Amino acid sequence: MQLTIERSAFLRALGHVQNVVERRNTIPILSNVQLVANEAGLSLTATDLDLAIVETVACEVRRPGGTTAPAHVLHDIVRKLPDGAQIELDYGAEAGRLVVRAARSKFALSCLPREDFPVMADGDLPYHFVLPAADLRRLIEKTRFAISTEETRYYLNGIYLHAPEDAPVLRGVATDGHRLAHIEISLPEGAGGMPGVIMPRKAALEVHKLIEDGEGVIEIALSDSKIRFSLGDIVLTSKLIDGTFPDYQRVIPSGNDKLMEVDCKSFAAAVDRVATISSEKSRAVKLTVNGSTVVLSANSPEQGSGTDEVPVNFNGEGVLEIGFNARYLLDITGQIDGENACFDLSDGASPTIVRDAADPGALYVLMPMRV
Amino acid sequence: MTAMCRDCLVVAPGEQMPTRCRECGSPRVVRHPELLLLGIAHLDCDAFYASVEKRDDPSLADKPVVVGGGHRGVVSAACYTARTYGVRSAMPMFEALKACPQAVVIRPDMQKYAAVGRQIRAIMKDYTPLVEPLSLDEAFMDLTGTERLHGRSPAATAATIVKRIEAEVGVTASIGLSYNKSLAKVASDLDKPKGFAVIGRAAAVDFLAGQPVAVIWGAGKALQKRLAKDGITTVAQLQAMEETRLIARYGAMGLRMAQFVRGEDPRRISANRPTKSISSETTFHHDISDGEELKKILWRQAERVARRIKSAELAGTTVTLKLRRTDFRILTRSRRLPDPTQLADTIYRHGVELLAKEISKNTRVIAYRLLGVGLTGLVDGADADPFDLAEPSAVRRADAERALDRVRDRFGADAIGKGRGLP
Repeated sequence: MQLTIERSAFLRALGHVQNVVERRNTIPILSNVQLVANEAGLSLTATDLDLAIVETVACEVRRPGGTTAPAHVLHDIVRKLPDGAQIELDYGAEAGRLVVRAARSKFALSCLPREDFPVMADGDLPYHFVLPAADLRRLIEKTRFAISTEETRYYLNGIYLHAPEDAPVLRGVATDGHRLAHIEISLPEGAGGMPGVIMPRKAALEVHKLIEDGEGVIEIALSDSKIRFSLGDIVLTSKLIDGTFPDYQRVIPSGNDKLMEVDCKSFAAAVDRVATISSEKSRAVKLTVNGSTVVLSANSPEQGSGTDEVPVNFNGEGVLEIGFNARYLLDITGQIDGENACFDLSDGASPTIVRDAADPGALYVLMPMRV
Repeated sequence: MTAMCRDCLVVAPGEQMPTRCRECGSPRVVRHPELLLLGIAHLDCDAFYASVEKRDDPSLADKPVVVGGGHRGVVSAACYTARTYGVRSAMPMFEALKACPQAVVIRPDMQKYAAVGRQIRAIMKDYTPLVEPLSLDEAFMDLTGTERLHGRSPAATAATIVKRIEAEVGVTASIGLSYNKSLAKVASDLDKPKGFAVIGRAAAVDFLAGQPVAVIWGAGKALQKRLAKDGITTVAQLQAMEETRLIARYGAMGLRMAQFVRGEDPRRISANRPTKSISSETTFHHDISDGEELKKILWRQAERVARRIKSAELAGTTVTLKLRRTDFRILTRSRRLPDPTQLADTIYRHGVELLAKEISKNTRVIAYRLLGVGLTGLVDGADADPFDLAEPSAVRRADAERALDRVRDRFGADAIGKGRGLP
């Protein structure tokens, strides 16, 4: 393999694929990026066995071929080369080494045979659809905070992506048991019959990174075990989580009739202020909703107490007290783009719904905590 | 040298009571230069379970008595007669019976021992509020500063307590008196049974130098093995080592060892040491390899743990499964829960998953001789089992269990139960 490639294009592609490569690997070849040059250009592949990403970059190929080289090292080298440099890659000149040359710099990197690089079989992906990149970005952005990291309930370690029967939407749901995010985007053509799938956290976060500016469209192809995202020259394929996502509809309360509407920014700022004092472990903040204000208060036996007050619109009678984990509250208010956040409350012990007044497709459920 | 008679509590200079008490003639005289200056006592009952059984059945008085769980279990306590045959606690019962075939084996009655333990603790609390129980039958007492209150030295108070326990409860105990917890604990073991041993400041380091590493509180088999591998078998060797080296090599335990070998122990006696774990375990009569049978036992244990944790108004955040294989190897497997629990159902579900994982790991059938399940990471019971958005059906199972509990509260523990709990 021998080729010349423009530094910025190479760096960009390496930046994309090296994200997938784990810093610590028990299988040495997984630390490498596969480089293959042919008439289409240079294609770079990285995988962690659950997820594979392939990106093709245009370049001047003099001799086709391929090898695998350490991904992070190669990325660091290319990053440190001067902007605008023309980089020559040569595999074959030195035995078992990839020679990287640019101006007066020369590196020879140890390689591992390309034949040993694991190939992720796509299998048959019977469902195809195309959706705006901005839609998918929004779906991931607003659900990712609720994805669980708990290993025992592995089926919660992703976003449940499905086309429900009750509405013409594509819905993403994530929960860790304490909070739940429920985001809908308009149903792309062809997605109607797709099976409900659990897209792993890493795949979701990688796709989100690749979307960048959010322009253009993304092609999705999936089966009930794999999903493939195609964004121009980049193809990301991931295994899906093999499990059953909980019946989340049952935990979304329908009878919460006490509605509190509050200016989201000032509410979040007040929660953040008051939470400064709440004990590190529980991070509990108490909301006391009374007529036209909500009083936020926090207590810590070691540090003292704090209160703050924000005006609200509240349709309930009397006083309602409810406690929440401050971080969870801030995670949710952080997702709300509109001016107002709406809380559908029942009582201090029941799940609460939080909605974005400006976005009917977004809904969050939050469990209260004892205060 | 100061001497004190343990029977009439007379205190005199040592030379005035060379062998017997000058007042009452008792031979039970304790002598130590720092006798009146030490205030930390460790009280340890002698062969406690066996002593209680002997107290309740005088015909056992001269017989070797072993308390433990059947032929397959281990010895929980052996009376001093049985010990002369080589029976030791924690020894498998079949070995104990090999050493002493005529021993009278009694199944432990933990409720009875707990009641006796409470009685003993109550006597200790008459003298100091600072009583820190280590188990049913042993506790630390901080008697520092009680001289004016009781009109006698801590040593005399400790002797009084033991006398009262003998008279009122009917079991004997040994006292270790020192200036810190670990040394008091070491001391109580020196003169058993009915002992009274003192380790003072002046002699502590020299005394420890002559001891094996096993004397260190917290140095179990594993650590002893590790020390032996590093060529360390005596406390004297540890005394010769730098503290920093010990910490670097053995971590937190290194620090404790470094302090211990210099006769230091900064830990205070605290009366309200919180419960750290609640568990239940069973040694089987016959080895069990059948998963279904193990699950049945696990359920009953989960119920027991749940009952205890509910009555203590606590909740646990980690479920731990314990298995002992026929080769005596112990396996423990833990799992952290998303939320604290006190429900038998939740303990059981996680326990079964841990068990299934362990069983499926083995390529051949493995038999077990012990199974146990427990909760650790205990928190306030009010935080137990919140509504879980990811497990809507858990709410109904929790409601069902609480309903069962209400029936049990009214009609007794056996009034109602799940089918899987049937024998």
